[in-house]
Amino acid sequence: MEKLGTQVIPHIPRLRRYARALTGERAAADDLVQDTLERACNKFHLWRRGSDLRAWLFTIMHNVFINQVRGRAVIPTVPLNDEIMELPAHSAHVDRLEIRDLDAALARLPDEQREVLLLVALEQLSYEETAKALGIPIGTVMSRLSRARERLRCIMAGLPEVTTLKVVK
Amino acid sequence: MSMVLITEADFHAYVDGVLPEARCVEVEAYLAARPQEAERVQAYRQQNEALHRLFDPVLDEPVPERLQAPPPVRRSLFQPRYAAVVAWIVLGGVIGWQLGSMKQAGPAGNAAFARRAAIAHVVYSPEVRHPVEVGADQETHLVNWLSKRLGAQLKVPHLGNLGYTLVGGRLLPGDNGPVAQFMYQDAKGLRLTLYVRANEKGARETAFRFAQENNIGVFYWIDGRLGYALSAETDKAELLRVATAVYRQLNP
Repeated sequence: MEKLGTQVIPHIPRLRRYARALTGERAAADDLVQDTLERACNKFHLWRRGSDLRAWLFTIMHNVFINQVRGRAVIPTVPLNDEIMELPAHSAHVDRLEIRDLDAALARLPDEQREVLLLVALEQLSYEETAKALGIPIGTVMSRLSRARERLRCIMAGLPEVTTLKVVK
Repeated sequence: MSMVLITEADFHAYVDGVLPEARCVEVEAYLAARPQEAERVQAYRQQNEALHRLFDPVLDEPVPERLQAPPPVRRSLFQPRYAAVVAWIVLGGVIGWQLGSMKQAGPAGNAAFARRAAIAHVVYSPEVRHPVEVGADQETHLVNWLSKRLGAQLKVPHLGNLGYTLVGGRLLPGDNGPVAQFMYQDAKGLRLTLYVRANEKGARETAFRFAQENNIGVFYWIDGRLGYALSAETDKAELLRVATAVYRQLNP
């Protein structure tokens, strides 16, 4: 049991990154991480030693997040976040604007699509790990990923959002 | 042109860099002949990069204190800070049990107040290096600060003629808000703590109440806006002597 802390600590920065991207807000993200860590602590006996702790933590975070979403009556708005605006600029001004657009565009994705996209694209979980973490079949991961990426692309490009995708075969 | 079947899943695996190399070549050949699809896949790739640019800085942020709090950071119970937490819990339990009789002695809220005072005494009075947050050398600042935090003008009694000098004080969390603790010490190193909280309006004054279990004695009373608890590892007579002096100084 006392091993949990040591094992979890290295994962905290990445849990925070994912939570930030998922919620779009610093305080809400850290609340989510905190709740996740508490729950992980309480349920540590359920973690199978030797299995991927990080994936397990993402599973817990997913459950906490879903409960929070369900508990909310209204869909939250995403404020323009000062911290994000103050992030070091990695390139030109135009690029920063795009980045902020991305943040706003992400918020326009349905939660289940955003989760899949972020676990795959940002956290670089494999499709199998993502399926396991979210408790969905891998086919659902692929279709949500596909829809998330296409929707994000349309939002960013100012195109009308397509609802169906051509399956290339 | 390739006759190989390329699926949507291949595009994603290609974007995510998890496609075997041979398959990558096939996908690239397929896309080379279809500029629109190529553009779409390129956009997905840029999304991945943009997500990292936007959120990777979070990895370098210092982790907030609250995320390093005891639950997740249960490294070892033998580290000093966890030992302190354990001490709190154990002492709380022991004293709660020991002072359990006080529940019957008076209104439940007051007994809980005395118990908190006793716990605070047991936790802080053995401190060698950090018994207080603000030392007696900054007495004016100490009193102003704690008065401001409690929202009531405090006075710090001087007990020099009883042989106790002020060590200083600290701010503590109480049941309903901030609480002040003043610490005194005699020539032999015996320490007294005076625990003070601001009461809700309408709190009734009470007579001195006393509880002593094992070595810790607590005198507590309510005086107008403020509630006091005086704790020490000493006998009832000595504690009463000090408590009386404190009461007189606060009500000249």
